[in-house]
Amino acid sequence: MADFKVLTARQGQIDDAGNNDFVMACERHSLAGSISQRACVFCGSRVVLYPIADALHLIHGPIGCAAYTWDIRGSLSSGENLHRMSFCTDLQEKDVVFGGADKLYKSLVELIDYYKPKAAFVYSTCIVGLIGDDIEAVARRVEKEKSISVIPVYSEGFKGTKKDGYSAACAALGRLVGTGETKNIPEMSINILGDFNLAGETWIIRDYYKEMGINVAATITGDGKVDEIRACHGASLNVVQCSGSMSSLARMMQDKYGIPYIRVSYFGIEDMAQALYDVANHFNSREALEKAKGIVKRESDLIMPYLRACRRDLTGKKAAIYVGGAFKAFSLVRALKFLGMCTILAGCQTGNSQDYEQLKAICDPGTVIIDDANALELAKFVKEKDADLLIGGVKERPIAYKLGVAFCDHNHERKEPLAGFLGMKNFAREVYGSVMSPVWNFVPRRAGVIKRGQL
Amino acid sequence: MLLRHTTKEIKEREALTINPAKTCQPVGAMYAALGFHSCMPHSHGSQGCCAYHRSMLTRHYKEPVMATTSSFTEGSAVFGGQANLLSAVENIFTLYKPDIIAIHTTCLSETIGDDVTQISAKATDEGKVPAGKHIVHANTPSYIGSHVTGFANMVKGFVNYFAAKTAKGNGKINVIPGWVEPSDMREVKRICKEMKVETIIFPDTSEVMDRPQTGTFEMYGPGGTTIDEMRSSGDSKATLSMGHFASLPAAEALDAKCKVKIVDLDVPIGLSATDRFIQALSETAGVEVSQSIERERGRLVDIITDNEQYFYNKRVAVYGDPDNLIPFCEFLVDLGMRPVYVVTGTPGKYFDERMGKVLKDIPEAKFKQGAQADMFLMHQWIKNEKVDLLIGNTWGKYIARDENIPLIRFGFPIIDRVGHSYFPSLGYMGAIRILEKIMDALLDAKDRDCKEENMELVQ
Repeated sequence: MADFKVLTARQGQIDDAGNNDFVMACERHSLAGSISQRACVFCGSRVVLYPIADALHLIHGPIGCAAYTWDIRGSLSSGENLHRMSFCTDLQEKDVVFGGADKLYKSLVELIDYYKPKAAFVYSTCIVGLIGDDIEAVARRVEKEKSISVIPVYSEGFKGTKKDGYSAACAALGRLVGTGETKNIPEMSINILGDFNLAGETWIIRDYYKEMGINVAATITGDGKVDEIRACHGASLNVVQCSGSMSSLARMMQDKYGIPYIRVSYFGIEDMAQALYDVANHFNSREALEKAKGIVKRESDLIMPYLRACRRDLTGKKAAIYVGGAFKAFSLVRALKFLGMCTILAGCQTGNSQDYEQLKAICDPGTVIIDDANALELAKFVKEKDADLLIGGVKERPIAYKLGVAFCDHNHERKEPLAGFLGMKNFAREVYGSVMSPVWNFVPRRAGVIKRGQL
Repeated sequence: MLLRHTTKEIKEREALTINPAKTCQPVGAMYAALGFHSCMPHSHGSQGCCAYHRSMLTRHYKEPVMATTSSFTEGSAVFGGQANLLSAVENIFTLYKPDIIAIHTTCLSETIGDDVTQISAKATDEGKVPAGKHIVHANTPSYIGSHVTGFANMVKGFVNYFAAKTAKGNGKINVIPGWVEPSDMREVKRICKEMKVETIIFPDTSEVMDRPQTGTFEMYGPGGTTIDEMRSSGDSKATLSMGHFASLPAAEALDAKCKVKIVDLDVPIGLSATDRFIQALSETAGVEVSQSIERERGRLVDIITDNEQYFYNKRVAVYGDPDNLIPFCEFLVDLGMRPVYVVTGTPGKYFDERMGKVLKDIPEAKFKQGAQADMFLMHQWIKNEKVDLLIGNTWGKYIARDENIPLIRFGFPIIDRVGHSYFPSLGYMGAIRILEKIMDALLDAKDRDCKEENMELVQ
């Protein structure tokens, strides 16, 4: 650890927020041989489409791809629960030699007969890309025989990064959009794109919009329903959260149906409020705007006393952020600031150079800005900058704990909603609980660092 | 109902696997490699494979799991992964400084036909492997076998690379513990020490996957079988191989290479399997069974007899990996319980042969391995006739909840509870822990679900 130096080839992906003459060399493949925290194309497609719980999700590939994405995160459904099952063609050596199309056909027929789903997604994996099974032909055949939409997802793992998987998922969704009846969808309707209903977050957001008098035509894909997605081109605005995952669907719908989109974030009071105002302003609706202001006031008043109390103890504490998408990083920097904390490292897996410029702009000079960080780099900066908290995902958690630093999962493993106003309170409580935990006093490096908090 | 889509009616499935009771080879290879000192597991394939395996192992062991990837692109898929692997080797030795890189393949690199042996040789020729450092490899295509096969292949890979026979024996006994917890490997070492037998145990993930909090992050733990130990394993008196699926291939490779006699054992789970292990240890090492171990056995038997009334005829469904299932079911039968449903996704006829014998006195028992031997089938069996207890990994929790059956977590992965990596389930003491879990599960369920008037203080 002591003699760890950042590899030369990685130096173009690590920046300082105070540095003006640096362009992040991002959106490139991880260096071969690095302990990348990133995943693959398939993973990107799978996380995006998986919450559609009344569709079948059949993985055409070896068993691992299915096993690791079985109920991959807590996307909640108000209806069917098919997404909690894991379906796989479980390709064997003989299939690799002779082709797996027949197995795929049989599996699809078996599943459709059994479950009568609204639609079926078939995910292509690395091996299918190599052996060249014609999944399109199988899909057409089954579609004809069973009269349901069977949609191939071209998510061969090696074809790019997780971000390319988002695009593949959006392309698949694009085949559903426009196939439903829109006549019952009112004028002031939006689609919520890019929220996955972890711990019920989509419902919180949807209810705010509903309260503003805005109809939500479809939520994509959190608590997503096939029929709603088919008809979602009847909405007049796409509200897109999560910079990476749904942008290409929003662009496609703009091109094809002339539906504009706005980018929002639901994390933190400021961003959440802005997400409501932006929608009201889009519809030029004074009434909606007034209602939005009312919601913001009411909800903020509910949580402010608690946030203020947290701030008393958290002021001056230091956080490191390493998350999937850049938009989440922006929101987190702002939300942490609201709690009195400063960010000493901010990075993500899938940001582009504009994202990193924006990230630099909202961070203080001296903040490390990093693309596609590996474990050693994270550990180095967390220790060097003496962070009190790391925000990340599953693979970062034990690194933080080994370093004796607090941790907050802002990824798949969140157990409470972190979006919306209520989510901000949950976030504050989670950060406070971990940062102020007396257990850090047992860490040799940090003995005595935690004074008992007020909460 | 989380699995409300699972029906009671069982239809023969031709092609499909639903809710698998297995995963793919590379994750096993990765775990095995972590049991060697200062070793970096390397995944030769797409980034996703490595990320998934690391996530799964991290969730199970609650430890940082370090592994690298060749980060395949579309170009590598077309032109081969040699360039990626060569630069990976160079980067890993420069950046992370392991003693060994343990490369495992994936379905992708296998199918495009990358020859890892040749690429490793090229890396050495080109000076990318520093003096005293090593590359080990195993072929682990995801479309053959299961995670257990991958584990076995990687352990065999280490034997093939390092084990050597010299003129002089080392007087030691090799132990290949199979895919068990760090706590179990630690327990096997303790038992051997109690018996005063000098051993070489490989792999050994204790002090790697159960490291203490130190306030620092270290790439490699102090534990893991060393290169010297692996070399010396060829001079040992015998190899105690625990588990037909995870361990025997390495034991056979060692026998073929260095003529080290194999003692083919089960993983010592429960009374009978531990008896066989202790017996074998005593015989091969030529030592008496120590009094301390005898007394541990005595305590186990005492607990069994004290509580036999709670075990009698209880119906149990068990799922997971074959090397665990065979001795576990044998233990359940020893206790008077009835393992009625057993599934493993890991294919192999040996499982059928052994299960047939273990369950010969339970005529209603159903067991299945390989294709379509999945959690979905087991759930359907349960729906047709309920069980009192479910034993297996975390994936069973849906069934447990839907059917209101107590679940004991055992096997891989356990991603929602702790303890497995700290408290052993092997040996007599481990069996006592299993008993405690069985009793807790059955009696907690009874105390929770029984009618008020049937509630009893004393059990």
